[in-house]
Amino acid sequence: MNVQRGVELVVGLFVLAGIAALMVMALQWSNFGASRISGYEVLARFDNVGGLSEQSPVKLAGLTIGRVGSIEIHPETFQAEVRMVIDDKYDNLPTDSFANIYTAGMLGAKYIEISPGGSLESLQDGDRITMTQSAIILESVVSKFLFDKAKE
Amino acid sequence: MTALLDAISRLGRLAIDAVAHAGSMALFALRLAVVLFPTWSRPRDVAQQVYAAGVLSLVIILVAGGFVGLVLGLQGYNILNKFNATESLGVMVALSLVRELGPVVAALLFAGRAGSAITAEIALMKTTEQLAALEMMAVDPMRRVIGPRFWGALISVPLLAAMFSMVGIIGGYLIGVVVLGVDQASFWGQIREQMDPWDDVAEGALKSLAFGAVIALISVYEGYRAEPTASGMARATTQTVVLSSLAVLGLDFVMTAFMFGA
Repeated sequence: MNVQRGVELVVGLFVLAGIAALMVMALQWSNFGASRISGYEVLARFDNVGGLSEQSPVKLAGLTIGRVGSIEIHPETFQAEVRMVIDDKYDNLPTDSFANIYTAGMLGAKYIEISPGGSLESLQDGDRITMTQSAIILESVVSKFLFDKAKE
Repeated sequence: MTALLDAISRLGRLAIDAVAHAGSMALFALRLAVVLFPTWSRPRDVAQQVYAAGVLSLVIILVAGGFVGLVLGLQGYNILNKFNATESLGVMVALSLVRELGPVVAALLFAGRAGSAITAEIALMKTTEQLAALEMMAVDPMRRVIGPRFWGALISVPLLAAMFSMVGIIGGYLIGVVVLGVDQASFWGQIREQMDPWDDVAEGALKSLAFGAVIALISVYEGYRAEPTASGMARATTQTVVLSSLAVLGLDFVMTAFMFGA
């Protein structure tokens, strides 16, 4: 009887583990790997974030210094409002820094690259980066190129 | 001339045997279908078989899954690195495992580890006339011996495949993020964005369920039909592994064509 009981217990655990594995994969790993870096928040508006997503890296000189926290549409300007969380270690970014959206490689993921400006004041929690450049959408670049060629 | 005729008639006999084999398996499947639900009147028998087929296969499945994930991580990293797209490593590893490698490799391993054991067990029961003895006692061997083993295999395969994929993804994570330094938020983020619970996970599970049914049917059939001799048992066991593997791979192509084709 005890042996039978043990078998049933193990089988129950086995079935639960299998279902749990399926669930974890089906439910999109909701908060998996969401690195909880503490830091200060900086806002920026982009015309087009094309493929940037929450948790995308924010880089300075190619090194990750923060993460994209959230992306929302600004209700009046119809631009994308991006909230970045930047590590407290880098608290001396100049206020006139520039935020670009770049692609890692030809087909890779999008990230924000910060190009530091020359101002002596540094960005504080809740500040806004005003100078931004949108993601480059390959299709629009190609069509612009073809259009210019056609005009020649 | 006679040699030629002999060769042709041998070919004919092979073809007839193959069709007869398929036909008697179909008849057997019908007989099995009748007792499938009555089998559950003794759920403990089924639990016992899930233990024998599934739980005892866990070690080989998890170890194999881990290694497959590690290899996918390494190979994927090297290929993606050429395109500067190592951020996509996670989704590449996860989709290959969930859609394809998880169901297929888990099913092949299961056929070798558990399917052959089921066949050997039933064939030995037949050889030692235990099945006939059950019938003498008015106990239906289909219901008491074959049914639970079929269910055991059918239930185990999808669960094992899911765990295989899961462990594989963790293996890919270890190599990709911990060893090779892929950005970990991109690794999980790309999986989250591009893996669909219905198109990918559910269809992978459906595949492994179908593989489970095929392996279970072949295993119990080959055991039940085994010639009651030592060499008959050996042949039945071999046949189970060969037929199951081929059936899984063939069925995989057909299912993939329907699911991810057009």
